[in-house]
Amino acid sequence: MNRFSARRQNWRKVINIVMLSFTGLATLLVVTPLIWIIGYVIREGLPAINLQFFTELPTPVGVSGGGIANALVGSLMTVSLGLIIAVPVGTLAGVYAATHPDQPLGTLLRFGTDVISGVPSIVMGIFAYTLIVLPQRHFSAFSGGIVLAFIMVPTIVRSTEEMIRLVPNSLREGSLALGAAEWKTSLSVILPAALNGVITGVMLAIARAAGEAAPMLFTAFGNPFMNTDFNQPVSTLPHMIFVYAIAPYDDWRAKAWATALVLITLVLLLNVAARLLVWWRGRLFKSLK
Amino acid sequence: MNAELHKDQSSFGARVRNAWQHGDRLYRLLLTVAALLVMILVIGIGYELWQNSALSRQAFGWKFLITSDWDPALNETFGALPFILGTLITSFIALLAAIPLGIGTAIFLAELAPDWLREPLGFLVELLAAVPSVVYGLWGLFVYIPVFVRPSAEFLNKSLGFLPLFEGPVFGPSRLAAGLLLAIMVFPTITAISRDVFRAIPNSQREAAMAMGATRWEMIYQVLIPYGTSGLLGAIILGLGRALGETIAVTMVIGNNLDLSASLLRPGYTMASIIANEFTEATFDLYLNALIEIGLILFAMTLLINIIARLLIWRVSQRTKAEVRA
Amino acid sequence: MQSPLQIQTSLKENILDSENQNIKMQIENLSIFYRDFRAVANVSMTIYAKKIVAIIGPSGCGKSTLLRSFNRMNDLVSGSHIEGQVYLDGEPLYERNVDVVDVRRRIGMVFQRPNPFPKSIYDNVAYGPRLYGVNRKSDLDEIVERSLKQAALWDEVKNKLHQSGLSISGGQQQRLCIARAIAVQPEVILMDEPASALDPISTLKIEELMHEIVKDYTIIIVTHNMQQAARVSNYTAMMMIDEQRAGRMIEFNDTNIIFTNPKDKRTEDYVTGRFG
Repeated sequence: MNRFSARRQNWRKVINIVMLSFTGLATLLVVTPLIWIIGYVIREGLPAINLQFFTELPTPVGVSGGGIANALVGSLMTVSLGLIIAVPVGTLAGVYAATHPDQPLGTLLRFGTDVISGVPSIVMGIFAYTLIVLPQRHFSAFSGGIVLAFIMVPTIVRSTEEMIRLVPNSLREGSLALGAAEWKTSLSVILPAALNGVITGVMLAIARAAGEAAPMLFTAFGNPFMNTDFNQPVSTLPHMIFVYAIAPYDDWRAKAWATALVLITLVLLLNVAARLLVWWRGRLFKSLK
Repeated sequence: MNAELHKDQSSFGARVRNAWQHGDRLYRLLLTVAALLVMILVIGIGYELWQNSALSRQAFGWKFLITSDWDPALNETFGALPFILGTLITSFIALLAAIPLGIGTAIFLAELAPDWLREPLGFLVELLAAVPSVVYGLWGLFVYIPVFVRPSAEFLNKSLGFLPLFEGPVFGPSRLAAGLLLAIMVFPTITAISRDVFRAIPNSQREAAMAMGATRWEMIYQVLIPYGTSGLLGAIILGLGRALGETIAVTMVIGNNLDLSASLLRPGYTMASIIANEFTEATFDLYLNALIEIGLILFAMTLLINIIARLLIWRVSQRTKAEVRA
Repeated sequence: MQSPLQIQTSLKENILDSENQNIKMQIENLSIFYRDFRAVANVSMTIYAKKIVAIIGPSGCGKSTLLRSFNRMNDLVSGSHIEGQVYLDGEPLYERNVDVVDVRRRIGMVFQRPNPFPKSIYDNVAYGPRLYGVNRKSDLDEIVERSLKQAALWDEVKNKLHQSGLSISGGQQQRLCIARAIAVQPEVILMDEPASALDPISTLKIEELMHEIVKDYTIIIVTHNMQQAARVSNYTAMMMIDEQRAGRMIEFNDTNIIFTNPKDKRTEDYVTGRFG
């Protein structure tokens, strides 16, 4: 091997090491913001958290104390309404997608799910606005819940579909062979086996919906007072953060961080729980096979 | 299945009754209705946006896309160009930063990371996608901008200020800030999908390259990346889709200003952020219609992007399947 | 092929005894592990230059694992390690300062399933030379043509060199992979059941091709097809799994002897189809 090619061999090795290190560095850079954000939210938010923060209503600028009770209730109302609509529709559509993969509607459904999950949430907000707010002539918790339902549906459909696909076909055939009707097989064999999938999807859907601020701007609209009427506007946690953050007052800013801490804790816990479920399910099916 | 068991009752009516008795028809009907509801949602969005932007579409036609007068107060004329440009510019900055880092991370996760590190790292990337965008906005506004974006902007202005792109004065909230924050928000999308693309590439390709004496990087760069090109493109385009539609975080850090200069260092607007800012202030129908038309454009863009991305990713899986069969 | 071999007890001495042959590779008491599991145990063999060596045995006996240790492809499997040594031209391959990339240039490999890159036929063959710095068009043209001719594929593809390597038939793809491997002029070519995914006619072509290129290269082929081993190889190694599920080489000898007069009862059972 001559000198030139020896030099080339070394050059190739240098490039190899440089580029492989770059990918490691990129990974580090990508993970940094997460730790940075979570660290900052805890540092800035924790001091403002106490019992009153959860039980009191917001106070005007300059008045100390106050909390996010109205937003907690508002988030609970809108997310629950969203779930009531999205879980049955999403689960059934997910079963359809998993059991009719080759039919035109099955293909369309999967494509439609992808499209919906790609539609910006603000556009969803406009849709709910023209559909509900405009005819009713007023903002409401109801319209906010409807938007969240739209946002939740694709996540639930997809995760139900994926988990049902994981259920071994032998289980399904076993039940059908015993003479069970298709719907009984679905409900008693497939769905329980895929239940974790549905629960996972629901948890991820809640995590995503609970964090949506943009479409709330012109549906649930925000409300500094306690309200439990679905026909009236409500505040939600993310909307509260937005309002507090862009206001020019320092004590509001502190409340924005504290609210963010509450929200991010909720969202991350839901994600971790969903992940654990998937992991557990995967192990179960491995043992079945 | 049931029909097989009851061959003796082979008349059509009997079979239908039979199926109803077992509840299967009803069950299938329910499933189909749910599936149809999801489809109606897709069509409904398009329909409502189209209907409710009629005034604006009739008043301005295609000119809406290429004029930059946004004057609700005096002349009641509307043009969406500044917002379309703002969206494209911020998304472009985001992709510029997120593509190398996102794909680099995907390579690390799929090809290089030791087994015990893969899962935890992959999970962290997923969590990054789970952080609500309003929290990104909050952090961007009070931490990211002062600590990172503003110093970078000042540096760019000092060294490249002669270009219109980096013209002063330097603002904190700016198109650059929005772009760089979006970069963080689209990382997880690009990384997760690219990682799956790499994982889907058959091992025989890696072996072929390694057995020829390729280094690991040569294998990745010359064999895996060309093999997965369309899937990686799909990942990037889905990342773009996320960047185009992101609203709250961008609204919080872009400054919301109808600035028509080319400078990245000045505040601007995106399509999503003008809707977020002005929707509840739209005092007359034409104004509201114009904002909804911006929503319609946004919807059309994301629809197109999704179709392209899905086709690209689908092609990879088809090819992989074909090769496994071969 | 006349056998100069005497009946002896030690396999190693057995082979070293033959005269007038250049030793290309030597495998010395090689064991291959995946974590704690020993997949291949204590293999020793000597491989002569410009000969074809076949490794046969029932499936799961570690043939492929053994083969892949010769160019250190097993390094890519996490948790794998070896004991013993492999020598190429008297130099050990498993040493700290050995350049794995260079080892794989000198020892090429053809896999069970054809695995051309989704690039053009030309770029597939030119892949290796380009890695090693050959960039001039005329040089590459020459290498591509020579390699494809050696792989007996030139006439079939010379008019479509810029079509995808995936557009040709499976048998052609496998010959393309052989052309790709010989384009960098390796000294040894490892073939891991190269014809198992092919039809009989394509298989025959690959076998003819092996006879042709063995003039220039040393070939080690793993096959589960005993007729194939008998047809193509000069020497045959018989592997079998032991009680600990580790692959062991139970006999290594001149191919004629293995198939007509094996020393080991198990070999005899296997080659006469009485195995299992």
